[in-house]
Amino acid sequence: MLSADLAILTPEIVLSLFAMGGLMAAVYTSKDGLAAALTWGTALLFVIMAFYIGVTGAGARTAFDGMFVDDAFSRFAKITILLAAAGILAISQDYMSKTGLLRFEFPMLIVLAVVGMMIMVSAGDMLALYMGLELQSLALYVVASLRRDSVRSTEAGLKYFVLGALSSGLLLYGISLTYGFAGTTQFAGIIDAANGELSLGLLFGLVFILAGLAFKVSAAPFHMWTPDVYEGSPTPVTALFATAPKVAAMALFARVVHDAFGGVVGDWQQVVAFLAVVSMFLGAIAAIGQTDIKRLMAYSSISHMGFALMGLAAGTAVGVEAMLIYMAIYVAMNIGTFAFILTMERDGRHVTDISSLSAFASKEPGKAMALLVLMFSLAGVPPLLGFFGKYAVLAAAVEAEMVWLAIAGVIASVIGAFYYIRIVYLMYFGEAREGLDGRMGLATYIGLVAMALVIGLGWVPGINLFGIEGPAELAAAMLTR
Amino acid sequence: MTVADFTFYLFALSVITGGLFTVASKNPVHSVLWLILAFLSAAGLFVLLGAEFVAMLLIIVYVGAVAVLFLFVVMMLDVDFAELKAEMAKYVPVAGLIGVVLLMQLTLAYGSWEFSDGIDQRLGNPAPPLDVAHNTQALGLILYDDYFLMFQISGLILLVAMVGAIVLTLRHRVDVKRQNPVAQMMRDPAQAMELKDVKPGQGL
Repeated sequence: MLSADLAILTPEIVLSLFAMGGLMAAVYTSKDGLAAALTWGTALLFVIMAFYIGVTGAGARTAFDGMFVDDAFSRFAKITILLAAAGILAISQDYMSKTGLLRFEFPMLIVLAVVGMMIMVSAGDMLALYMGLELQSLALYVVASLRRDSVRSTEAGLKYFVLGALSSGLLLYGISLTYGFAGTTQFAGIIDAANGELSLGLLFGLVFILAGLAFKVSAAPFHMWTPDVYEGSPTPVTALFATAPKVAAMALFARVVHDAFGGVVGDWQQVVAFLAVVSMFLGAIAAIGQTDIKRLMAYSSISHMGFALMGLAAGTAVGVEAMLIYMAIYVAMNIGTFAFILTMERDGRHVTDISSLSAFASKEPGKAMALLVLMFSLAGVPPLLGFFGKYAVLAAAVEAEMVWLAIAGVIASVIGAFYYIRIVYLMYFGEAREGLDGRMGLATYIGLVAMALVIGLGWVPGINLFGIEGPAELAAAMLTR
Repeated sequence: MTVADFTFYLFALSVITGGLFTVASKNPVHSVLWLILAFLSAAGLFVLLGAEFVAMLLIIVYVGAVAVLFLFVVMMLDVDFAELKAEMAKYVPVAGLIGVVLLMQLTLAYGSWEFSDGIDQRLGNPAPPLDVAHNTQALGLILYDDYFLMFQISGLILLVAMVGAIVLTLRHRVDVKRQNPVAQMMRDPAQAMELKDVKPGQGL
């Protein structure tokens, strides 16, 4: 019985053992001398695990009395998370070793965070949800303040920790109210209990849970930690924050609302729609005045989370499918953009000022072109992939008869396009002055160009978004059955 | 009033008194001592409920470790509590207002509390009666069998906490002398010491 349960958790177990083994190996040998090898090994293992999950996974299985669910939805999310984390590790190794931050604990903490994320997206029980979330968050709090001599980095870590603890408190409070009502923490039991007219206590619980999860996906009005944490953390960590944990938290969000509260769609739909609208507009408007590209990316991610939540707000299988596609595209765009941000350098120092991009195109036309593609895609300009992500969630909202939500999304998207295009404008038409002079590591360069190609060519007939629509549809059907 | 009722009210009152004075006392050391009283009384309440394991855990972990740790921190750290309190006083009105609003909302939620239909069937892992398994045994069964996965994940979380604490605080210093046990053991008195025969009045 136990061995059958454990077999379902093979990827998580392999990753945990790898983390422990890596820590031991590094401590007993050359310590940080092993860091580069561990980073590449971790990235490779992530890719292998993603393939393993993609190839061997079939059907829906549960382990430990339904606490852990392995279905098409969790597999889609896990593969996205693993590939995103692998990509971030690959593009960040150069930067980390250059700034002296490459310590062997860094890749190992990321492995443990990824294990937490995988447990989150596979959670079939409120307890598993919470444990996965804490494992993920705790590892991320640490890497946020990895540059421990910098005030801003430690401040980022502390801020993230305190607000994360607050959100965990909200979440736990909601979970305990739900448990008090339903008598069980299992999603399968809660969905039995929660249907028809919700009792007031359960409604409180539901709203608390949603608020706690909104914190984790940094949806407005629970976003206030995002810009400071993004700005203060070391840039590779910021890149990680913007990708894998967002996918995990969003998948968890979808699982909770559909698996546990699928019987009361009307009750959470309005909350999620509200979160979506506020996030989209706040992200679009607040980003306009930013001068730091990391802060800009923070507001950009808030706005993108709003769009992904719009897919969820539809409350249908089509909506979940749109959300998954959106998240996959969002991750690809962010890896590319952060590959570029990681190499923004002047006189050997990392700069994140947007104005330093001025007239960048005349110096490095190739990289500028790649960034142009990524920025246009983030803004949602057709025919780049970002447009298809936006189109999918808008179509899902319209199909669920939430036309007002779709219209709000279009307006926010137009406002948001301003600051992406401003970067492109600066690069091509800004007045020439002392700009960036950084050299790009090979892996980072490949990351930037590959993502720009993916985003730029994914729409070509025959490639069709690299066939992610099929698995996303299957995943969504599994979740909303 | 039976003896059990009397004991309950006794313990309950002392929990509330302890909690009140923890917040209200001016001297932080007194606060910690009141906190210990609150913990002990809460442990008494658990014993009344028949949860003796939790009661002992409360005493060992909270009174034995956490409260003593607090006491050390309070006594050893140079924190100006008067200033801290003055800072706090500024927020009391707003905090009080929010507290009252929250209390009203919670009354609303709990006042009309209803359980879902069929909660008895869903109630996960109800504790077995005392004559089947005693407290500690029942907890162990649930923790290590039903919640095996959660138990292991907690282990991982603790590992992350430990690694995190080390990553953020440990500094390898190269300019300090370290003990090398092997070198110490392999030390040969014949080579480590040299006897010189110093003639009087001459020096080396």
